[in-house]
Amino acid sequence: MNWTKKDLLGIAELSKEEILFVLDTTESFKEISQRDIKKVPTLRGKTVITLFYEPSTRTRTSFEIAAKRLSADTINISASTSSYVKGETLKDTAKNLEAMSPDVTIIRHSMPGAPHMLARIVDSSVINGGDGAHEHPTQALLDLFTMREKKGTVDGLKIAIVGDIIHSRVARSNIFALRHFDSEIVCCGPPTMLPPHIEELGVKVEYNLKKAIRNADVIMMLRIQKERGGVTYIPSIKEYSKFFGLSKELVANAKKDVIIMHPGPMNRGVEIMDDVADGPYSVILEQVENGVAVRMAILYLLLGRET
Amino acid sequence: MSILIKNGRVIDPKSGLDEVIDVFINGNSIEKIDKHIRKTGSNVHVVDASGQIVAPGLVDIHAHLREPGYEWKETIMTGTMAAAKGGFTSVVCMANTNPVNDNKSVTDYIIQKAQAEASCRVFPCGAITKGLKGEELSEIGELYEAGIVAISDDGKSVRNSAVLAKAFEYSKLFGIPVISHCEDEDLSKGYVHEGRASILSGLDAIPAIAEELIVSRDIAVAKYADAAAHLTHISSAGSINIIQHAKKSYKKITCDTCCHYFSLTDEATLGFDTNTKVNPPLRGKEDMEAIKEGLRNNTIDIIATDHAPHEASSKDVEFDIATFGISGIETAFALSLALVHDGVITLPELLRKFTVNPAKLLKLPYGQIAPGKLADLIIFNTDREWKVDRSSFLSKGKNSPFHGWTVKGKNLLTIVDGKIVYKDSSFKG
Repeated sequence: MNWTKKDLLGIAELSKEEILFVLDTTESFKEISQRDIKKVPTLRGKTVITLFYEPSTRTRTSFEIAAKRLSADTINISASTSSYVKGETLKDTAKNLEAMSPDVTIIRHSMPGAPHMLARIVDSSVINGGDGAHEHPTQALLDLFTMREKKGTVDGLKIAIVGDIIHSRVARSNIFALRHFDSEIVCCGPPTMLPPHIEELGVKVEYNLKKAIRNADVIMMLRIQKERGGVTYIPSIKEYSKFFGLSKELVANAKKDVIIMHPGPMNRGVEIMDDVADGPYSVILEQVENGVAVRMAILYLLLGRET
Repeated sequence: MSILIKNGRVIDPKSGLDEVIDVFINGNSIEKIDKHIRKTGSNVHVVDASGQIVAPGLVDIHAHLREPGYEWKETIMTGTMAAAKGGFTSVVCMANTNPVNDNKSVTDYIIQKAQAEASCRVFPCGAITKGLKGEELSEIGELYEAGIVAISDDGKSVRNSAVLAKAFEYSKLFGIPVISHCEDEDLSKGYVHEGRASILSGLDAIPAIAEELIVSRDIAVAKYADAAAHLTHISSAGSINIIQHAKKSYKKITCDTCCHYFSLTDEATLGFDTNTKVNPPLRGKEDMEAIKEGLRNNTIDIIATDHAPHEASSKDVEFDIATFGISGIETAFALSLALVHDGVITLPELLRKFTVNPAKLLKLPYGQIAPGKLADLIIFNTDREWKVDRSSFLSKGKNSPFHGWTVKGKNLLTIVDGKIVYKDSSFKG
């Protein structure tokens, strides 16, 4: 197939065919990161801006490494060092950046829809690096890539997504992606952290963690989004951890070859215990590794699109 | 100056008149309604209304004219020009101005401004509480003497039920309605309706019970005070249910909805268009259907605009921080005609909710066409198709989610107090 989209704003707007195309393209980029000389000239002369209004370690670095390995020039702007603190609006920031002719802008923002607004203003490509509780499309793509790499397929799996789902863009993007496939998705968390009507997205809801992960092929743990008020949805972190913390003993209820994922940053001892995070089923660092390859693939597809 | 309106289908919901007949306006009042009135004298302006509807001028119980204090959003002059274009001849303006209309001097200012600059009649609504703070009652008596027709803390509910009870009790002294904005502020920390669309968008959401709880409470408090409660901009199926049930045992309850609640659902918010951000939020499909049914079975008495003009820069931002509100006074009636085209209600029933019902609630002598009455009327076409173009709005607020819509039905001529205040450029009558 040919890639035609200018922007990657959300998984919700991708077809199954497009998702698979990204995963297939990622395969060929993964190898580059394993070479001695981790650089190809694919995007030489292209300019990539990361515009981050929210803190990030993994995503911003991952995008920057991905762009650099493709020989693009990268510029990082974070809210604390930008004119945002002087009161400049997103619209004006966007217009000013556009005047400097970037090829791609990757935006992370605490408010849903900010990347969509940016995409309406600028002619260059926009990638959503996470917008509030809405979407985090590259995370979902790297998660699917990791699942497929480990399980050979994304079909026929039982996937438990556990934690602060109401505030999680990672959960949303994963659900939007996984519903194209013949997999069973179980959302688990305290009822206050599950959005009302979420079943309408074709997922099952199970409050009990042990039941939710029974026979699971994949367990995806999420952290409590303190910055989105997540803590006020539960009586205490301690109580949350008692009911929704993933321990080695609980993992025994899942399939023997279960994989345990986490988008990071982890709160060790809260939603995930050390022996699980660092244990044999954890693929958390492989997710990070695959993140670079997925982002290389996305940059390549958006900039090489058919016009 | 006299105006003779010839051959229009005259609909007056109050008297039940609905026939092709002529209307003769002399000075500021309607002198005669009859078949084949002849033009007498040279100082008579004849309007050919063949094929058009002649109806009482519309009465909007809920608009924000923003003056004083927010003149960059709207003024009494621009807001009433927009109102006249939309078919309204009387407009109630809400108290959330700056300063708040909680004292006589602000009411005086609004009324003086309106006398000098307005294209239609303006009736101020006073604040229930000083500064809209929900703590102490405004000087409601002085406001009443200055000319307010209702009291409301619109924009929020009166949080303290004891204060609300006092407001309902005190309002009886002057026989003016309390207009309740129904919203539990603890439950409404969001920007869109809580439903399927909010799961998809990830926007913080407002559940329908945030409205329904206060609908229930305000009805209970009004009953306790034996006072009249008018519940404004009702948007949810649950609220309609509560009101329908309550009306059976207590007669002093009325309510209104706005045209956006039966024209759009929360699906419209999915593209993050901040023009769809309004409070209460656009709700689900089942809510929209319940609103239509409520209009049909008369649970909903009135259609209001909740005209809420805003400057572009307050909408040209991220959805979370954009202002709430729709600039709707120029499109509300035309969009509402869809209810007639779709067979939800008849044209006289629709007009009743835009004219005699609000006029009755506010005790205004308008909203009817009858000999001896002041001449506030409109001429419109039910089938004329036109495209909503916000750049042609007379309102300063271009914040419309209906921009680009093709609408069937158009106001052509507006007469206030016997004078033509608006004429559509396409109207050759």
